[in-house]
Amino acid sequence: MAEHSYTSRQELDQYAFHPAVTLLVPVAAVLLQAELPRLWPPLLILDLPLIVVIFFAVARRNPISGTVTGTLIGLFQDGLTTQQFGINGIAKAIIGYLAASIGFTVDLDNLLNRIGLNFLLCLLQSGILYLIERFLVGAPGTRLQPLHELLRAGINTAIAIPVFFFLDRFRHRD
Amino acid sequence: MDSFFARFKNSLVLIAIVLVQTIALAVQIQRPQAVAATPAATPSLDIGRPDTRRVTVLRYWTGSVLTPFERFFHGAGLHMRHVWGNYVDLRHTREQNQALKQEVARLREEQAAFAEDAVQGRRIQAMLNFRQQYIASTVAAQVIGTSGSDRSRMVLIDKGSDYGLKTDQAVITPDGIVGKLRDVFPHSAQLLLINDPTSGAGVILQSSRIRAIIHGGPGGRVQITNLTDDSRISPGEHILSSGGDQVFPRGLPVGVIESIAPDPQHQPYTAITLKPAADLARLEEVLVVTGTQTNLPAAAEQDLASAEATAEGSSALTKRAADLAAERLPSITEPPADPNAPPSDPNSAPPRPAPALHPDRYSPGATPPATDLTPGSPPQKERD
Repeated sequence: MAEHSYTSRQELDQYAFHPAVTLLVPVAAVLLQAELPRLWPPLLILDLPLIVVIFFAVARRNPISGTVTGTLIGLFQDGLTTQQFGINGIAKAIIGYLAASIGFTVDLDNLLNRIGLNFLLCLLQSGILYLIERFLVGAPGTRLQPLHELLRAGINTAIAIPVFFFLDRFRHRD
Repeated sequence: MDSFFARFKNSLVLIAIVLVQTIALAVQIQRPQAVAATPAATPSLDIGRPDTRRVTVLRYWTGSVLTPFERFFHGAGLHMRHVWGNYVDLRHTREQNQALKQEVARLREEQAAFAEDAVQGRRIQAMLNFRQQYIASTVAAQVIGTSGSDRSRMVLIDKGSDYGLKTDQAVITPDGIVGKLRDVFPHSAQLLLINDPTSGAGVILQSSRIRAIIHGGPGGRVQITNLTDDSRISPGEHILSSGGDQVFPRGLPVGVIESIAPDPQHQPYTAITLKPAADLARLEEVLVVTGTQTNLPAAAEQDLASAEATAEGSSALTKRAADLAAERLPSITEPPADPNAPPSDPNSAPPRPAPALHPDRYSPGATPPATDLTPGSPPQKERD
């Protein structure tokens, strides 16, 4: 039986996923994101792709991987909206990078850390999207709604915790 | 140098990816160009345009990944609802049938009442040479997906160019307007709802006849922000499509004014919030307007003719009943008229003005008859 020895925290906490999981989970997240609001419109407040980006970035502990994953999922999400390609791509690339970077220093198997990270990154994404829409795109009627964004962050965090525990089953060490 | 790239590899990758996407974003943003060419065009209506061809292809690829799954889920949902509705949940069908029959009877009476107004309206339109656009053909489509973002109010429908759908065609429900087609793919199409921030439509306020432009506001609201404070505008007023945007036919319900408040960001304009006539959050089936015509459609002509017949029949019946009642009731008998007296009918001759105290060339009758006049101005000698 092979024995593994780990010399750093990064190696200790790095996980990998089966290619099918890497492909299907983001697609399923985007699909659910498009389908659930059709059944119950208030579910538009969810951002399942963001939760998936944070999960993969934190699990892999690799900023480049987190950036690329965030970009691809964000661009995929942009393709389903009326917005320009790149709005969600930029926002989720930054989120993926930050989530992976924070994963180096913080134990993200801890529940409280997961809650705090999800909440903060969700708020940060709202801020980035506002800045992009307001200053890069110049979209008409762009307004920051702080209370709505706080509510969005809270709800997404509440959804993210069980989703993280569910997706933990599919990860394995390199 | 190598150590620099190795040390900042992660950050450099992030910067490069963000930079590329920022450039791509800048390329996609289209500024209104038609405003300078046509000064009458409203800039606000120049938004919500379809993408360029390359972006459309990207959206098509993205949509193609999800559309089969969305069709599957939608079909499964419909099948379950069909089984439940047609075989299980038939408890109140008889009562519903009775209620619907009563409603049909009531609507027939209303139709007869409106028929005369409709005929009069068409007569006036003909006199004014006004060409009303009637909906000639529609394609029914079902909503199979959403954008999944509350920043973008867009849904996906299951019909595309294979059904003759084209970009910028109006989409309605029996309740009112819904939006217009944005990108049309072979087997599906993106429907831009009227509450999307990039959407716009020309409207008219029903009672005050003020024209305005609606667009989507924050939180999926529908707003009018190009009107100043006006005492004639009040909550509860109905809004109709004006037809000025060349997308929505004139006269379709848009919504009802919900609130009017000063817009602090765009003074002196007011922010008028509407409650859309169609339930934009729960769309299931929509009608895409694929053609309009200036004449009333054949089916509507038949309905109008039958309504007119009903209206005439009911008025004849009413007269007969009134005559019968008049015969039975005591009435005032007028004294016999003097056969030698002149006719006293006020409408028998046109009214004549009283003769002028100091007649001049403007007095009635002072102008020579038209047959004596010659065209053109009088020669200089005659005027002198």
